[in-house]
Amino acid sequence: MDLNTITSVAHPESRAQLPVWTAGDAWLAGGTWLFSEPQAHLSRLIDLADLKWPALTITDTHLTIAATCTISELDALTCPPEWLSAPLINQCCRAFLASFKIWKTATVGGNLCMSLPAGPMISLTSALDGISTIWKAGGGEQKLAVLDFVTGNQRNRLMPGDLLRQIDIPLAALKRRAAFRQISLTPVGRSAALLIGSLDGAGVLNLTVTASTVRPIRLSFPQPPDANALRAAIAHEITDHLYHDDVHGKPFWRKHMTLRLAEEIRRELLDSARP
Amino acid sequence: MSFEINGKPFSQAPRAGQCLRTFLRELGHFGVKKGCDAGDCGACTVLLDGEPVHSCLIPAFRAEDRAITTIEGLGGDGTHPMQQAFLDAQGFQCGFCTAGMILTCASLNQAQRTDLGAALKGNICRCTGYRAIEDALDGKSNVDDDVEAGGAFGRSLPAPAGPDVVRGKARYTFDTEIDGLLHIKLVRSPHPHARIVAIDKTAALNVPGVRAVLTHEDVPDRLFSTARHEKDWMDPEDTRVLDDVVRFIGQKVAAVVAESEAAAEDACRRLNVVYDILPAVVDPEQAMALGAPVIHPNRTSEHRVADAQRNIVAETHGEFGDVASALANSAVTYEGTFTTQRVQHAALETHGGLAWRDDAGVLNVRTSTQVPFLTRRALSDIFDLPMDKVRVFCDRVGGGFGGKQEMFVEDILALAALKTGRPVKLELTREEQFIATSTRHPMRVHIKAGADAAGKLTALQLDVLSNTGAYGNHAGPVLFHSVAESISVYNCSNKKVDAVAVYTNTVPAGAFRGYGLPQTLVAVEAAIDELAKQLGISPYDIRRRNVVRPGDSMLSPPPSEYHDVAYGSYGLVQCLDLVERAMQADAPQPDLSADWLLGEGIALTMIDTVPPAGHIADAMVALNDDGSFDLTVGTAEFGNGTSTVHRQIAATALATTVDNIRLKQSDTAHGGHDTGAYGSAGIFVAGKATQAAAENLARELKSAAAGAWLCDAAACTLESNAVVSGVRRMSFAELARSVREEGKQLGASGNSLGTPRSVAFNVQGFRVAVNKGTGELKILRSVQAADAGVVANPMQCRGQVEGGVAQALGAAMYEEMVIDATGRIINAKFRDYHLPSFADVPRTEVLFAETSDTIGPMGAKSMSESPYNPVSAALGNAIADATGIRFTSTPFKPDRLFPALHAKFGS
Repeated sequence: MDLNTITSVAHPESRAQLPVWTAGDAWLAGGTWLFSEPQAHLSRLIDLADLKWPALTITDTHLTIAATCTISELDALTCPPEWLSAPLINQCCRAFLASFKIWKTATVGGNLCMSLPAGPMISLTSALDGISTIWKAGGGEQKLAVLDFVTGNQRNRLMPGDLLRQIDIPLAALKRRAAFRQISLTPVGRSAALLIGSLDGAGVLNLTVTASTVRPIRLSFPQPPDANALRAAIAHEITDHLYHDDVHGKPFWRKHMTLRLAEEIRRELLDSARP
Repeated sequence: MSFEINGKPFSQAPRAGQCLRTFLRELGHFGVKKGCDAGDCGACTVLLDGEPVHSCLIPAFRAEDRAITTIEGLGGDGTHPMQQAFLDAQGFQCGFCTAGMILTCASLNQAQRTDLGAALKGNICRCTGYRAIEDALDGKSNVDDDVEAGGAFGRSLPAPAGPDVVRGKARYTFDTEIDGLLHIKLVRSPHPHARIVAIDKTAALNVPGVRAVLTHEDVPDRLFSTARHEKDWMDPEDTRVLDDVVRFIGQKVAAVVAESEAAAEDACRRLNVVYDILPAVVDPEQAMALGAPVIHPNRTSEHRVADAQRNIVAETHGEFGDVASALANSAVTYEGTFTTQRVQHAALETHGGLAWRDDAGVLNVRTSTQVPFLTRRALSDIFDLPMDKVRVFCDRVGGGFGGKQEMFVEDILALAALKTGRPVKLELTREEQFIATSTRHPMRVHIKAGADAAGKLTALQLDVLSNTGAYGNHAGPVLFHSVAESISVYNCSNKKVDAVAVYTNTVPAGAFRGYGLPQTLVAVEAAIDELAKQLGISPYDIRRRNVVRPGDSMLSPPPSEYHDVAYGSYGLVQCLDLVERAMQADAPQPDLSADWLLGEGIALTMIDTVPPAGHIADAMVALNDDGSFDLTVGTAEFGNGTSTVHRQIAATALATTVDNIRLKQSDTAHGGHDTGAYGSAGIFVAGKATQAAAENLARELKSAAAGAWLCDAAACTLESNAVVSGVRRMSFAELARSVREEGKQLGASGNSLGTPRSVAFNVQGFRVAVNKGTGELKILRSVQAADAGVVANPMQCRGQVEGGVAQALGAAMYEEMVIDATGRIINAKFRDYHLPSFADVPRTEVLFAETSDTIGPMGAKSMSESPYNPVSAALGNAIADATGIRFTSTPFKPDRLFPALHAKFGS
């Protein structure tokens, strides 16, 4: 929709050109959320497009996803065969409530900064041990695990003027075996629970719970848990107040779906791991 | 800046915060539609460098130096294959989503085409139920070719507006340019109940470009109802154009009129309104309780408010026989309480319009309405203008479903045009649609029912509480309808009704497809099934044993004032048989785990084919010199398909083809009267007027030819665009010219008063699977049988049934307006109010009973509301059959079903 209070748009081409953050400013990445709701408190957009951050970079140790990388660009990434977790990328893209038409515009960073419980890029990057890099408003950088970046429903660790620059995914995380489960109130709707499990070479089972909880939650099992141990751990780690409550799912149901999907993941990863 | 749109360069510069959607429309590309303005519905889809995007989310400046393709440019100078496919399949009804749908479909790759549920999740169609859209993608044609002159009725002819719809040329309400247009934005109440103490306009008026700020001090002191009916006595007088008391969050407080929407919005934010906050009540039970805040304290029976001190706007009570003793003596009984939630029409075109006073002093209102004539009458009354000084009309309307049988914007448009002397425009946002138009009436229905050992009903009792919200538009008629056909369809000697509609400090409810019946059917049809289960008889058999048949009185207490409902035709038992056979037909066994419980359920509905107490339509048809005809009707087209059928009726009566009939419609300036396109009256009433006009003209044609031939008109017939008598033949064109030489033109009019009325029937069947571990619900089979009399246009009628099922499935499974304890709607956007998308809607097998109605035009009956009615009820019955649990509240969402499933089956 038209944002009629916007009077100017800044187009910085480098960090040095970023304008001094002022009340009424907003970063413009894809804009797919920004332009979807009235923003009468805003007067200036700071367009991140001309910073021309490379969308995706693969080094010896990491996959670096620029905050401005679009969902489509990420989904189109050709992954080497040893990245056993690569199917998670498409699975998480498909978990968007929005369609492929929005994926061309919406960005990975935007999804993280929105910090909705159902943000599928939060699910993906937190499950893959992603580390976010934040350009601090006052200068300098801060690195923070995505698991810690999101702190609640539409809450995160960004301070006014902070800018999410990128997310680094360790290649080791991409090489783990992974399992994905998601459920929604509707066939292709917003996630009410999205769980990702992974099993590394040492037999450590990691379970990342998102969407059903107000923030991503990681459970780690150095020894393979049985069904009861898994249930007990979830009950211990995810207390009732952490389950999200909105029109996309009642907490009681989200809790039970979390338990159910977690058990499915446990079986998928552990049953097939046995000789 | 430079932009390339449909291959043409443009050098205009967008505003800093402007989105691409409005920029394209400002440059004249009206095919780019606004459904939500928030990226959820896809109606604004355009191609950016060949890739589909939602233009409402794209900052316009980012399209600089890129190639933009709108629906107008998709086919170049011709027709794109996808546009042709949508025409062949008739993959649209109102057509408002069509441009975005076609652009999206045209850009799908092969992989996406194999998973349309995911590929089309960003495109909402509220009308079709998506089957016809899938047909377009499959390259199917649903249109009858080679329809001979005089043979149009009963054939699957395409909608006349189709070519314009698929090319983005069809003009909807806002698709017009007017010089010097002012824009209206409304200040809305943040409080559920408050008295306005003062309004300081100073800061608002100081915003550059603001031309007027209108408040309750500027409006005529007239009470009316936003509901529009032929008879004003049907609705309470409880509403003002702008009031000094606000009764729900979202009620309009003031209108700012300015040179731009931006200036109007700015002034709205600067308007200083001082409220004296009053106690509010949002729960309907509490609203009736002693000591509850009184919402309309000064209204009396003179204003047609039943009991203002108890917040009761309408009520009805009555009994036949003795229900209590019949229940005491029944072999089986059932008692239950059912609730239905607040849902909304969600027509993709929002309410709104344009108004201006022309040089002749006539106030013109171009608006998105189902009722132009009744709106003119209301404006004439409120603003004290002669009827001939007000013109209300609509071009193509982007969906209605009852939501536009109201006057929500035309009063403000008229006020602003009259006060400023300038043309004005008001276009509601999607959020305003949710918080400030109307909804279905949420109802709590308590039912008691009994049957004897043979399965004959002994007693039916309904106790209904309807929440009409802050204003009583449609409160009474919906309430009365809800307790009428829902039980009058069953023979039963003991029936009792207690029904009450109450005011609350929430968004008003209003007319919505089915008009009260879907809510009560959830209870009635569940009770019938529960009795059958106790007796061990099938859901089909118990209904066959109890439904009315021709000759039976159709009774519901208290005795109806109207005795004009007759069995013009009867196909209910046929419908039951058709659904039973179809449900028994072999189907592939679904590949489902043991967690899935399978079940089947049915429900039926009867509906009077016309609203009670008068529904009037005039039609005129005239012969042109070239042998074609001009047909003028008052009824409106908003995807209901009546434009197609009116031409079919006229072409059939006049022995011509539909392309020879030019239709003019829905404009008070054309003369005559039309009560409106509601109550499924577009064919049954207005179609009868068209039939009468065409048959009258046919007689005129014969008699004119007979006069020329000096023969008996009775010896003349109409055949293939000519009058024929023996070997003599005179084409309509020759006839037109010969009477023209005498200075005459042949024309005739017809009229229908909407009485007597007939009854139409539908039976819905579902086979479902319910996952006991997750609460998920799958529909494995959906069948609906409809008794529409002689089906005027099988393709369109099928589409009405499919669309009704899809919309009703939204209410049965997904949709729910959530109102918090303060009366605020917390999910006023499509991403939080889930409309069925392609992936959510099963294909429904549509079967027609073979009947011919003695009252309806050419044997046809109405069929646009009733397909909706039995859907929630049938789904509830199927879920009960699958799970053994009777769920009594819609929507049947996984998180609502889960707790009881978990309690019964464990994890």
